[in-house]
This record gives sequence, C-alpha cells and structure tokens, in this order.
Amino acid sequence: MNERNSPLVQIKDLNKSYRRGNQIIPVLDNIALDISEGDFLALMGPSGSGKSTLLNLIAGLDRVDRGTINIDGIEITSLSETRLAEWRATNVGFIFQFYNLIPVLTALENVELPLLLSGLSRKERRRHAVLALELVSLQDRMDHYPRQLSGGQQQRVAIARAVVTDPTILVADEPTGDLDRNSAEEVLQLMDRLSGDLGKTVIMVTHDPRAAKKARTMRYLDKGVLADAPEISPKEYL
Amino acid sequence: MLLKLVLRNTFRHRLRTLLTVAGMCVAILAFALLRTVVSAWYAGVEASSANRLITRNSISLVFPLPLSYRDKIRQMDGVSKVSYGNWFGGYYVDRKNFFANFAVEPESYLSLYPEYQLPAEQKTAFFRDRKSCVAGRKLARRFGWKVGDNITLTGTIFPGKWDFVLRAIYRGRDDTIDENQFFLHWDYINESLKKTTPRRADQVGFYIVGIAAPELAAKIAETIDRTFKNSRAETLTETEKAFQMSFVSMSEAIITAIRLISFVVIIIILVVVANTMVMSVRERTGEFAIFKTLGFGGLYLAGLILAESLLISGLGGAVGIALTFPAARTFAAAVGNWFPVFNVEALTIYLAVAGALTVGIVAAVIPIWRVIGLRVVEGLGRIE
Repeated sequence: MNERNSPLVQIKDLNKSYRRGNQIIPVLDNIALDISEGDFLALMGPSGSGKSTLLNLIAGLDRVDRGTINIDGIEITSLSETRLAEWRATNVGFIFQFYNLIPVLTALENVELPLLLSGLSRKERRRHAVLALELVSLQDRMDHYPRQLSGGQQQRVAIARAVVTDPTILVADEPTGDLDRNSAEEVLQLMDRLSGDLGKTVIMVTHDPRAAKKARTMRYLDKGVLADAPEISPKEYL
Repeated sequence: MLLKLVLRNTFRHRLRTLLTVAGMCVAILAFALLRTVVSAWYAGVEASSANRLITRNSISLVFPLPLSYRDKIRQMDGVSKVSYGNWFGGYYVDRKNFFANFAVEPESYLSLYPEYQLPAEQKTAFFRDRKSCVAGRKLARRFGWKVGDNITLTGTIFPGKWDFVLRAIYRGRDDTIDENQFFLHWDYINESLKKTTPRRADQVGFYIVGIAAPELAAKIAETIDRTFKNSRAETLTETEKAFQMSFVSMSEAIITAIRLISFVVIIIILVVVANTMVMSVRERTGEFAIFKTLGFGGLYLAGLILAESLLISGLGGAVGIALTFPAARTFAAAVGNWFPVFNVEALTIYLAVAGALTVGIVAAVIPIWRVIGLRVVEGLGRIE
C-alpha cells in the first residue's frame, strides 16, 4: 500500500436530488466525506436514506447536482460520460446484492469480462481471471454458469470480477443481502481480506449490523445527511 | 468471447429466435420469387436483339400485312435480312396444353435468330420438309417428343387438324432464351389456305427485319412506315425490344403491384425482427446496465446488439436465398406455360442479400438507441 497524506476519496458539499414529475425529491444534502486508502467503510441507514445513491455517485454511476468527488486525485464529477466509463473500467470494482452476473457466460468468462477493455491478450486475460477465481476459492467452478452456482458462490464470482482489474476502490451494495448466514460470513471474510491483506479500499452499503461490524469505519446516513454511526445493537435491526 | 456472447444471447430464447429466423427466411424467399416473376415477365424484352425490327399492321397485330411488302423492305438501305411469320395459335391434344407456336419462313427466320441453336443435320432436315416442325428443348421434354415423332396440332386461328413431323429440337444459346416455342413452315399453312380460304393466303402477321447496325433502327423504321403510308395496310415498325415491351406494358399495373408487394414483404419482416430485437434487449436492460457499469461504452453495446440482429436476419436471409433456387425450379415446372424463362437472376440475389442486411441494421436501431440512452442507475434499478 502506498503511503499518502490526503484521503483516497474526498467528497465535498455533495447534493443530489431526483425529479419525479414536477416534484423534486432531495436525496443527499451537503455531504462531506473523506475515505482513507485501504479503509473498509460501512455506510448504514434506513431505506430511502440515500446510501445507495451516495455509493452510485462515488462509483461514477450517477451525476451529482452540486459538489465534488475526488478519487485518487481525479475529480470524477467533471469527467465526460465517456471518460467516466473509462475511469470506472480501471478504478472501480462492483459487488451487487443480486450478484449481477451475465447468465450466458461461465464463471471464468464473467470474471474475464471487464478485462476485455484492458487491452490484455486473450491468454493474459485468462490468466488474470483464473487468479481472481483462485482468490475466491472457485477455481474448480470456472466452467459453471451462474445458474449452476449457489448464491454465495455467485457472489464470490462477482467479487472475483470486481477485483480482477485491480481497481482503486471496491463498492459493494448490500453484498450479503441475498445470502444465508454462512455464505454472508464467507463473503464478508473475503472482503475483509481484500481490505486487510491486499489493501483494497472497500465502501459497503448495508442494512446488516453484523456485516457493518466487519468494517473498520462506519458512517450513518439519515434523510440524506451524514452522521457518525450510532451505537446500535444487531437486535434493533433484526 | 464477444462472438460467444452474441451467439448465446441470440439463441437464449430459442423458439422466439427460430420463429423469427423462419419468418425472415419465408420473407426473403417470397421476395426473391416475386422478383423472379417480374424478371420472367421481362424475359422476352431482355432477350431482344438490337439488330432486329418488327413490322406489323399499324391498326393491330390481329390484322395481317401482304407478303408483297417483303421484297420492298428487303431493298431498303441498312436492311440485311427480312423474315416473316404468323402466330399459329394451335394446341396439342387439349386446349390446356398452351405453348407459343409460329408459322415462319424457316431459313430467314433461323438466320435472324442465331440464339436458337439446332444441330446442322436437324436444321437441314427441317428446311427440306415443308410439313416439318421445330420444338424447343423444354417443350419437347414436356410432351416427351423426339425427333421423327408425328405431332398433330389443332388450329384455332387456322382451323383444322395440322400434322407435323418433328425434325429438330433447338436449344437456347443461354438460359435467358425461351425453349418452349414451336416453329412450323409458313408455306405449309399458306398452301393450305390457298385451297381452303384463298382470301387469307399470302398474308403475314409480322415481318422481322434484320438491320446492319442498331443505330440505324429509327431511320429504317421510319422509312418502312413511310413507304407503306396510305396503303391498304399501313405498318408500325419498332425495335424488337419495344415490340416485346408493348406486351409487357399491358400488364404494367400487375407488375408494379408485384414489385410493391415484394418490398412490402421486406417491410413486414423488418417490423417482426425489430419487435424481436426490442423485446430481447428490453429483457436484458439490467445486463446492459452491468456492461455500462463495468465501463463498456455505447458503441460497444451497439455493436453487440447489431451483431445479434444481423445474425438473425443473416441466418434467415441465407436459408431463404438457398431455398429460392429449388423453389424457383418447382414454381417454373408448375407455371412453365406462362413463364417459359424463369431464372433467379444475380440481381435478385444481390437485392435479397441487401434486403436481409437492411432488415438486420434497421431492426437494431431502436434497441441501440435505447441502450445508448440508458442511465446505469435506472438500468440497475438501484435508485433509492
């Protein structure tokens, strides 16, 4: 991990609202947030609090109304759509609640998919994808299609796809939301390893306090305003 | 891997894809057959020679011209040969056995039509025997005739039973030449008329005028018609192509309708393929959002959609084109009486290929436009 003085992610005065017909619905209000390199941050909050919207903005999937997001020295809020797509391809790894694997591709092909934009040779792409699948202990499931894998295995394939390009940050939206307890635990351990052992910066949105407990930093969003996470016992969430 | 992705996505809903491919196949087949019908209609026009003029009665083809015009025409500048003939209008055994049959002056006629190719000995035999006849190869095959066979035609314009001996079978120089015609000696009919109805003797239905060069056509035609102006049988002389066109133009409305229908078929299948593509892409909106999330740009995704659309239309088009040839042969066998030359032209195949490609490209436009405009967060359904 490289030493840096400034945070990897710097968010300043961030505002976001959505328009539904004539109505403007504010979602995020003057968000300011710094995330250090190698951190494992959990963003918590009730439904509709704006945490997934914040995650989308950090990942460059959506546009801010006002404010700036600077990641690793790049102000992504000023990038064009094309440049933003290129930036996402090399700097962000995505992990979704419902895995979002391409059903007609095998596990190996799903992991190889983001590397199509990397300019690597076919052989090199294969090698990277196999390594990523080994990292999530699914080397024996490479030729399986998503429908032939359990939920936990599919999520591990999704994690392999997220890390295969060696991105700057990993964003995870409810990564354990669709998993049973054991599979969720496996996935969380894996994410913890990615952050702890490999120094990846992980930003995770979750409702699950048990998942949030795995993170090193917790922030809480309520009605679009960011606050330190309150001390909440898992029972209050269950 | 992208090729795999295109193939697997195309056949994800096998039944839907196969039905669309089948629809495309039928549309291209129908398009090619309809175009071939149109081409067949123009076969006579296409086979016309620029070195031949046709002179007929200016009132109508039904009215004859005197045989005496032959020598006057032959003496005109630029005229190399003159032949003549009559539409005989006979049928073989049954009225439904229709085919074109002409009473002609054999030597001059065949020398003006080198595209009808006969073996030398058969040609000589035909010239020598006034009661002989010549049949095209396809016509002879249709009725099982062989050289030496006796053939009786029942006349409609020249009533009675007419007996002929088949002395020759001609082949067309190429596949654009009609091999379903039947030629007999004009003299044989004329001699008979002299005995039975002398007022109809020494009359011809048309003259075929061989000219030295195509550029002389207008001048010679004008000279012929001027020569016989104010006579009891004024003439109308035109190029063989214009003469053939006058028959085709009688059916112009039908031909235009067939042409229009052939393009309507393509438009219908375009809508069907476009519908399949729109449905297929809409079902995968989330997947396209994933692609965009991973950094794949609009052009990349447009390429994937276009490839799927072209694969469907290309497959259907290829099978349709492949089936066109046996279908055209079957069609020709069924309606050979009306379309003696029924060949699938190269232009028809080029148009069918262009039609299939156009369908593939245009059908992809709406889904591509939608995917390019897709906002990732909307596609993922993750707006909180």
